[in-house]
Parts: sequence; structure tokens; C-alpha cells
Amino acid sequence: MQRRNRWLAAGALALTGALALSACGSGFSSSSGSSGGKLTSSKKPLTVLIGSSGPAETKAVTSAVASWSKSSGTGAKVIAANALDQQLAQGFASGKPADVFYLSTGSLAGYAANGSLLAYGSMLPNKSDFYPTLVKSFTYNGKFYCAPKDFSTLQLVINSDLWAKAGLTAADYPTTWAELETVAKKLTTGKVVGLSLNGEYARLGAFMTEAGGNLMNGDSSKATADSAGNVAALTFVKKMLNEGVLKYAKNVGESDGGQALGSGKAAMTIEGNWVQGELSADFPTTKYTVAPLPAGPSGKGTLQFSNCWGIAKDSPNQAAALKLVEQLTTTKDQLGFSKAFGVLPSIQSAAAAWKTQNPSLVPFLDGATYAQGVPTAKGADTVVTDFNSKLETLSTSDPKTILAATQTNLQAILK
Amino acid sequence: MSTLLESTVIESTQPGGTPRGPRRPRGGIRGGESASGWLFTAPTILLLGLFLLVPILMALWVSVSDWSGNGSPFSAGVHFVGAQNFGSVLSGGGLTEENFGISLKNNLWYVILVVPAQTVVALFLAVMVNRQILKGRGFFRTAFYFPSVTSSVAITVLWLFLFSQSGAINNVLSWLGVNGPNWFQEPSGIVQDALAGLGIRQGPSALTGGGFLGVSWWDWIGGPSVAMTALIFMAIFTTSGTFMLLFIAALQNLSGEVQEAAMVDGASGWQRFRFITLPQLRPTLFTVLTLGLIGGWQIFDQIYTGTQGGPAKTTTVPAYLSYTSAFHDQNWGQGAAIGFILFVIIIVFTILQRFALRDRAVSKRRMRLYTIETGGRR
Repeated sequence: MQRRNRWLAAGALALTGALALSACGSGFSSSSGSSGGKLTSSKKPLTVLIGSSGPAETKAVTSAVASWSKSSGTGAKVIAANALDQQLAQGFASGKPADVFYLSTGSLAGYAANGSLLAYGSMLPNKSDFYPTLVKSFTYNGKFYCAPKDFSTLQLVINSDLWAKAGLTAADYPTTWAELETVAKKLTTGKVVGLSLNGEYARLGAFMTEAGGNLMNGDSSKATADSAGNVAALTFVKKMLNEGVLKYAKNVGESDGGQALGSGKAAMTIEGNWVQGELSADFPTTKYTVAPLPAGPSGKGTLQFSNCWGIAKDSPNQAAALKLVEQLTTTKDQLGFSKAFGVLPSIQSAAAAWKTQNPSLVPFLDGATYAQGVPTAKGADTVVTDFNSKLETLSTSDPKTILAATQTNLQAILK
Repeated sequence: MSTLLESTVIESTQPGGTPRGPRRPRGGIRGGESASGWLFTAPTILLLGLFLLVPILMALWVSVSDWSGNGSPFSAGVHFVGAQNFGSVLSGGGLTEENFGISLKNNLWYVILVVPAQTVVALFLAVMVNRQILKGRGFFRTAFYFPSVTSSVAITVLWLFLFSQSGAINNVLSWLGVNGPNWFQEPSGIVQDALAGLGIRQGPSALTGGGFLGVSWWDWIGGPSVAMTALIFMAIFTTSGTFMLLFIAALQNLSGEVQEAAMVDGASGWQRFRFITLPQLRPTLFTVLTLGLIGGWQIFDQIYTGTQGGPAKTTTVPAYLSYTSAFHDQNWGQGAAIGFILFVIIIVFTILQRFALRDRAVSKRRMRLYTIETGGRR
């Protein structure tokens, strides 16, 4: 009898557990998405979740959102996330996500596929003003999901003093791979390496685009990792590594290319426009010049990186969120962000004003015309991480083998 | 668990099977005890159920569903997919399987090196600071215990500085003429490094050809990466203090008479430790090894704050992989599946170790030493 009672008790406990589970289940609001047409609208204040690079960015976004809030009469609060990915995921799972948030190209496909995002791109009045390659990066299944917030491209950054010390002038800025190799050799001395960059796809990928390759095609629907251009690019990088004129930043004891350049351990690096903020904060006395990346066998090429302003499908106030995003992507707001934390405006109409404000950084914005995006297919991040881990040992391994393995992995995620 | 224990206790106090008359199932002088027992344990049952049982059941459901991280895992759009998530982690030949294989390899080496080392160091420290002759024992105990009470994040940051290219460790090594590696950036396995030192750079085809979980045998035996080795040192440094405390407590419980008897018998210091002290410490040893094993398989915060799985995925461990698959890649089912596989691994290792440390019956040959021969009869 006692034994049976115990089992009864256990059963009761399990039942309670199940009830609690289903209670939890109903606690989540099942996505009340308005899939087509009408946006939700309410009096609720907006939450803006950002993955900030630092106090300057947080302050700039907060003040821009506050001024919109004042003029529109809708409350809005900016939250700087500690771990954006995690906080976003928690929001979507609980059914109470932030209304507006930063969304990376890598996360777009995952959240678009599970129905967390509002595809509002086509409702934007200035949708044709965004750079077409950026629009492509934020298009999933033929739908333009979210407005590009800003973007960055890679270019060649040169330590002016080391350049002059090696007897080089502005006429020597490399325009081909061969010239890059020549100046790198000239710049390499006992303590300085000619070129130093992060040993990862996000930097070496620039060489791949210059050789006509990339990991995936423009809209990430096809894997192109094992193309001849990619092999040529990695073979060239491997040659420079083995000649000792190119070293990965971590191998000169620095965390990234900007640090290697600023500390004088490298004469050149390949970095994005964020490098100006990094250099002025950490190495205010180091003088540097930004030159366009040299052209490869297939001409000019570079990678671009971007985030967009995501809007949650579960947001109770999508209409206001869209208004806020429209405001944040205007020329005025984007130039303000650019001034505060060194990003490039994502709309073409702001280019002229930006160039006059930042004459020394013009090559970065010029890159927009020939830049390519990074893979955005769901699961591509994992493949790129794997690719990066193989690039770390590029100097001793076969580029073809690395690219073939990556091709297989990319094809697997497309299935 | 605690509910079962509680009910057993209650049950044993009931006057079951008394000779007087037919047994009454309920009521009587102690009839209310059951109810009050439940009442007293209810808060714990509720708390455990709400924060332990329910989340575990939810995770179990997620691991066999196709939930994609949007809305409730119990909503209508989520389907049961059977063992599909477990399948893609454990087989299938894709990147998911390979990543899991790599993380398992990393963590296995970590456990193999950390658990014995921390146990030996902890036991050594405990025996040392337990000696009556040592002056300032309190100081040493505090000093050795200090790393254990410091936050693991703080220690990780400290470690990143100590083991950087131009950090303190490499400076000390340079005094000895050793050119230290860039610890946290070096992905090569230490066993493979040692073999490369002997001139073996490529594994035999028997090892490089086959493999398990997408990782070749040559890589399985490649050892932890240099980066992981630095984390192994850290684990030994931080945890041995905790386990030292357990050993000290056990050592202080041992009776002095046995030691004195051994001294009278002429046993040396080492013999007394090996044959008198150590066997008496067996229960504590079991505790320390079990806790070490579980802690070793659950390593997460050092990776999360320190290396994020790099360089070249050599510090990725299942717990961290589970986190990234779920939160970064939106593969919630796979993330949950990895969690449950890890749970099984820990259970299996604990059972194995319990089997290895079980109390064995003394063998006949050895028994003879302790018995007095009385004409062929014992």
C-alpha cells in the first residue's frame, strides 16, 4: 500500500510538472504575426536593443532615439546588450523581444526562417537609396527584410612613418598583388613585418574577391568556395606568409591588424574603417594613410560588413518601430553616427557629404562600388568559423584541401 | 530524489505489521505524519520541480523537436522529430558531427589531465599543511585555498595576461633560454608537437585514415592544444585548493592510534602513508574524483570569458558548443541534444570510476597474512 502510494505521489508530481509545462506553454504568446500588410500599432513604448562597440556608440544611438521619441511622442528606451545574440534569442523565445535591434548578416537567415522578423524593407520610402549589395545581404527568400544600419569595407592601411623610412612615397602605393609583395618585402625589417592582418576569412576574403572568388555567390544561394580564384588568392597569401613578409596579427603578439599597425610591429594592415577609432584611441601619435586595396587578377575587390535595424514580428508597435528606423537611416542621423563611431552611411545620397567630412578615409566609401558581402545562408557562420580555424595553419597546409572541405560544408547547409 | 528519501523515512516510522489486530492503513496515532511530511517537504518539492524538473523536461522535449527558438516550444508549429538532432550530432558526417567530435576530444584530454593532477596536488598539499610540525599552517591553508574562492572570470583574465606572448610566463621561460609559445593563440596539440620534435610530422595512414565522430585517430591522440594546456594549468591551480580542504577534513578524522601502531611495527613514513592513510581516505578520494570529473566535463565559464573556443576550435568543449549551437546558430534541438549527451557521458564516467574504486574483498593470498594457522582450520 505504501509502495503504491509512493508511485501515486510520483505520478501526481509528474502530472503537476506536465501542467506547469503547459502553463508555461500558454504563457508564451504564440507569434501574433501580421504576415502581410497591416502593421501592429499601440501606445506601448519601444525598446531598442543594440550591440554597442563602446560608450561613443551607445551615446550617439541613445541621443538619436531620444530626439525621435521627443518629436514623435512615442516612448523609446535604448538598451546596450552585453551579449546581443543571447539577449535576442531569449527575447524571441519568450515572445517579448525588443522592438528594434541590431541584426548581423550572419543572424538574419536564422531569425527570418523561424519567423521572428518583420520583413519591412519594401515599406521603406528610401529603399532604393541603399547600396544594392547591402540590400542583397539583408534579403532572404526574395524578401528585403531590414534596413542596413551602416556598413564598413576593408582597405589597405599604412603606417606613414615606416613607409617613409623604407624610402617609399605616395607613388608606391601598391595597385597589384605583385606590387604589394614588393613593398611588403621592402618594409620588412628585423622588428617590423611588411603586412600583418587577422588570419581569418573576414580579412583574407578580400584577396578572394580580388581574384574573382568568394565563399558563396551574391545572394548566398550557391557555394563557390572551391573556385579557381579562391585557390589563387590563398596560394598568394600562403606564399607571402612563407616569405615572412606577411604575418598574422596574433603571431606578432597583437590582437588584430590595427593594433599591429599602431604599435609599429607592422607597416601595413588590411582593416575596415573602424580602424580610425581604434588607432586614435590606442595610438594617438601613430600617423597612418588609407590606400585602396591592390587589384588582383580579376580587378578590384573587397569585403563589406553590415548590420541592419531588425524589427520583431512580435512587436506590439511595429508602425512606430518602422517610423523610428526611417528616422535612424536618414542622411542626418547616419552622418551623426559616422562622426561618433566611424561607420559608413548605408545610403548613397549621404556619400558626398560624408566624403567632404572624411577626406582621408575616402577609399573605404569608394569600396562600396565593388565590395562583396559575406555569406548569409543559415549555418554559414559555423562554416566560416571552421574555415577560419583552417586558415590559421595556412602556411603549412594546402589551399585546395581547405577550400574543398569548406565547399562540402557550405553545400551541406544549403540542402 | 529528496521526495523519495523523505517518504522512506516517514514510512519506516510507521507501525506497520504490529501483532495487534488487522493493520490499519490510515489514521491512528501517527496517521497525520504522512500529511505533515508532505507539507514540510512541499516547498522543496515545488522549488526543485519548478527550477529543475520542469526545465529538464522542457529541454528534453526541445532535444527531440524542431523548435527554432521563436515563441513557445509547445506551440502548434513545433513537431516531434525523434532522434534526428541526436543523429546529426553523433553521425551524418557533417560539420555538426565534426564539431562535436572536436569538442569531445578537447574535453576528454582536459579531464584526463586535470582530474588526476588536481587530486594528487590537493592530497599533497593537504598532507603537507596537516603536519603538526609546520609553522603558520593557517597561512598556508588560506593561501592554497584562495584561488578557489576567487571568481573564475577574474582568474581567467589574469591567466590571459600571464600567458600572453610577452606575458610573465614567457618572460620566466626566456630566463631559461626557452622561447615560449603564444599560449592562447597556439592551436597545435602538445602530443603532436612532441612527435614533431622527434621528426614525426605526419601520422601513419592507419591513424590518419580512420576516425571517430569526424575526427581522425591521429587528431584524437594529438593531445590538448597549447591553449587548452594553459587552461588545464588554470584548472589545477584553482580547484586543488577546494579539494585540499576535503582531504584535510578527512585526514583530521583519522585516528592517531593506527598510525602509532604502524610506527611500533616499524613502518616508514611512506609505508604509513601508502598502506595506512591512503586506504582510509578512499571515501574522500571517491568524492574528490567524482566532483573533479563532473566539474571537468562541465567546463564553460573559462571558455566563454577567455577563448570563445579558439584558436582553431581547440578549446571548444561540449558545454560551450551546446551554448553556441543554440544561441548563435539557432539550432536549439542540437544544443539540447549535446547537453543530454554530456549528461550521459558524466554518468558513465562516474559509474566506471565507482566500479574502479569499489571496496574489494581481500584476496585469499593476502588474507593468509592476517590469519593464524591453526592446523589447517581457520
